Amino acid sequence: MKLLENPFGIHERALAVRNQRLELIAGNIANADTPHFKARDLDFKKILASENPTPMAATHAKHYQTGELENPGGLVYRVPYNSSVDGNTVEISVEQAKYGEAAADYQTTLQFLEGRISGIRKALRAE
Amino acid sequence: MSIKNIFGIAGTALNAQVIRMNTTASNIANAGTVSPTEAEAFRAKRPVFRALVDQADLNRGAPYLGGVKVKEIVDDTLPVRKVHDPGNPEANEEGYVFLSNVNEVTEMVEMMAASRSYQNNVEVVSTARQLMMRTLEITKA
Repeated sequence: MKLLENPFGIHERALAVRNQRLELIAGNIANADTPHFKARDLDFKKILASENPTPMAATHAKHYQTGELENPGGLVYRVPYNSSVDGNTVEISVEQAKYGEAAADYQTTLQFLEGRISGIRKALRAE
Repeated sequence: MSIKNIFGIAGTALNAQVIRMNTTASNIANAGTVSPTEAEAFRAKRPVFRALVDQADLNRGAPYLGGVKVKEIVDDTLPVRKVHDPGNPEANEEGYVFLSNVNEVTEMVEMMAASRSYQNNVEVVSTARQLMMRTLEITKA
């Protein structure tokens, strides 16, 4: 009965992450002309890792225990292809491409969710 | 955290770009303005953008982290030109008038850049709107 216990699986959380990424890139595009603005992005892999964290292990009696993971939110700064004189690292064409990609990712997750919902519907209808 | 935030962020950018276009329009309109003293001469206005990155930055009425606002509008520091034109009614005792430091070409480029940035943000809004509509339709699956 896995389907009804956790009907949406990882996609429920994934939708929130996709949305956060869209928001970040929208912020980058909004700040395309802001001096000293540093473009940011989300690293999906890092977020997945922080769902199941493995902090540095203390393998020696004199090691300190560290409960902290490096950058748990998955927030990373974008490295620009060409740096600009005003210190802004937003490259509008890159951001446009990433925004399109993020929008497609969002729709993919939506598609998975729709699949789950229609699956449950079918199961409940018992035809 | 919802898709609505994207509308807010793009909205702050649209607002900032409109202010930029307005200052540019004002600069072009005043390109031919002359004045009798150097201090009074018209200087091109430039908006300075600032990212809204922490709580202290937030404007009232536009609480969107990640957006942008116009921090201040400063005068361009280019020197103004002094021209001998004794017939001009604005000329001082020595017959000089001070022109503005507006460069029309710079202003036209600025206007184009602002308009392109505006279009980018309109596109962001339109994509976000489509995604929001699709999310609403999820129950019809």
